[in-house]
Amino acid sequence: MTEGLATPGAGWRRADGPPAQQRQKRRRRSGRRAAGEVAMVDEAEFTSYYGRPIIKPPVWKSPDVPLYLFLGGAAGSSSILGAIADLSGRPALTRVARLTAGGGSILSVVFLIHDLGRPERFLHMLRVFKPTSPLSVGSYILAPFSAAAGATAAVELLGWFPRLKRFGGAVAALFGGPLATYTAVLLTNTAVPSWHAVHDKLPFVFASSAMAAGGGITMVFTPVAEAGPSRKMAVTGAAIELTMMRRVEHDHGIVSEPYRIGRPGRMLDAARACTAVGAGLTVLVGRTRLGAVASGTLLAAGSLLTRFGVFEAGLTSARDPKYTVIPQRERLAARQQEDHASSVTS
Amino acid sequence: MTSISSASPAFTGRDPKNRLYGPLPDVSEEAGYVEEHPKRVGFFTDTSVCIGCKACEVACKEWNFLPMDDAHGNRDVMGLSGMSYDNTGQLGANSWRHVAFIEQSRTVDLPMPSVGLPGATRQDSGPSPANSSEQSTVEAQASVLNAEALSEFDPQTAQSGTDTQIRWLMSSDVCKHCTHAACLDVCPTGALFRTEYGTVVVQGDICNGCGYCVPACPYGVIDQRKEDGRVFKCTMCYDRLTDGLQPACASACPTSSIQFGDLDELQARADARLATLQSQGVETARLYGRDEDDGVGGAGAFFLLLDEPEVYGLPPDPIVTTRDLPAMWKSAATAAAMMLGVALSAVLGSRKR
Repeated sequence: MTEGLATPGAGWRRADGPPAQQRQKRRRRSGRRAAGEVAMVDEAEFTSYYGRPIIKPPVWKSPDVPLYLFLGGAAGSSSILGAIADLSGRPALTRVARLTAGGGSILSVVFLIHDLGRPERFLHMLRVFKPTSPLSVGSYILAPFSAAAGATAAVELLGWFPRLKRFGGAVAALFGGPLATYTAVLLTNTAVPSWHAVHDKLPFVFASSAMAAGGGITMVFTPVAEAGPSRKMAVTGAAIELTMMRRVEHDHGIVSEPYRIGRPGRMLDAARACTAVGAGLTVLVGRTRLGAVASGTLLAAGSLLTRFGVFEAGLTSARDPKYTVIPQRERLAARQQEDHASSVTS
Repeated sequence: MTSISSASPAFTGRDPKNRLYGPLPDVSEEAGYVEEHPKRVGFFTDTSVCIGCKACEVACKEWNFLPMDDAHGNRDVMGLSGMSYDNTGQLGANSWRHVAFIEQSRTVDLPMPSVGLPGATRQDSGPSPANSSEQSTVEAQASVLNAEALSEFDPQTAQSGTDTQIRWLMSSDVCKHCTHAACLDVCPTGALFRTEYGTVVVQGDICNGCGYCVPACPYGVIDQRKEDGRVFKCTMCYDRLTDGLQPACASACPTSSIQFGDLDELQARADARLATLQSQGVETARLYGRDEDDGVGGAGAFFLLLDEPEVYGLPPDPIVTTRDLPAMWKSAATAAAMMLGVALSAVLGSRKR
């Protein structure tokens, strides 16, 4: 008998397959950032079915979902800021934060519904409650939040029912944090390699990005004398966002790669620049009108770009089978080694 | 029978250990069919006897009225993939069976094996069916498909030239009907549900096209019809099962590569088939989706493959994403608390005016 089928692998190669190495190098060159970056991942060889993706890339539409992530975050953090500012007697900041929360929540509902394949069936989201489905949990966060924040913003504009307003703002604030962070679970609870791998970090990225955005937007519209809390929240958020995104971009071997290369890589570079400059400007000139407007806008833009970058990076990782196959192969090899080690010692 | 679309399979409290991950002895009961229910059914796809005829694809399309599409899922386009004899390309909303086709070659550095009748020169390899008094189906199959046939005389393998061997791998892929199905877990409307047969089915009148199940599936099975908005996938012919019929693909398969039946029975049959092939020296044969300790708790549709899973476009080590969901919710809750803390300290730490 020839070795052939008797040996695992047996030396079979796809007859017409392109050499895996070439393909990867081309991809790499096109998307590399200049700044002396060290290759994080070896040029590992992997097999695929004609280079086709193994998992299906998300069908979520691109401007809709990243915008929803951004608006939900900004609205969530503003609602918290608004409720606390209300209790501490800052009427101008309270008003701006409530309007931001209300406007953001209504817009985010619009984007979420528009993204559905059957928008007229939006209410089917509320026919069951499933803790295993982040979108189900999210619907039960978004529904009360947008109702409370929207109503609070409306009565704020009309100037009716001051006590009801305070209650509505508090209810919105209660759901504000979960609204900003559940969207991270929405992305990570998928088979998309670059999202799933960062599931312990992405909620913090989204929370901090939400604070940078919410703080930035309220900073733009609030008189500088009252916007102290906005500035503090925005700068803290920006600092955490930069730290956590750095870990997302570097800590996960090959599945961190999509965050650094190509379109998502450029978006996240821009996001980092906006957020860092925005935070710096806030500290330096945030107490001037012009400085507040400039830095607040930069912070919001940084948050928006972060959402787009994270979203696009996930799509990139879903479309290339190497991000699915190589980590799973490594996982299998590690498990086999572990099994082998335990069988030797026992 | 209870209505389970409103129940979350993973968090109802019974058997908390394996709600999200790990082996489950009775998946239908776990899904809420606590009283009597049929046994769990499944597919065993033995790719070593697949001839790539695509009768399964045709039968599936006809029975389920699936629209035409090309290798990339574009509707009403007759497209050739240009890569192989596979013009279906992938599983998707309109292709619930997909026959993968792979042509492989390898260099043989040994002298050409002598050409002759199967078994003429190597009577020592493999069990000889003539010796046993009673021939089971498995053995009859084995006599045709012994290792030598697979390597030299089977249509799947052919010699070309003196030093290169060519073989064709064909495999009919399908929805795995996982024990822990990510699509079912993440569906926010309850459109996806577990049937009494242990299979996973989409209810077309409930699905609102949120698309969450699409990236959740670790195998890339379920997909959305753009023009319709909803998602579609294999139902294991739920309508036929309730009428006591086999799924269309299994009844159309001319070589019994697709076998339908009770899952435990299929598993035993697959184990026997694997042992036969291995005893004949086909060491690259392996079962895929059979192991109840794997990342999806074992699949309702499992396979006998002749090469690594990724060669066929299957993930080598799929894990249901909801295994990590408790950790995700914990992170999200901590992050939400962090926001509250930061906002609170930002307000308290700022001087008024």
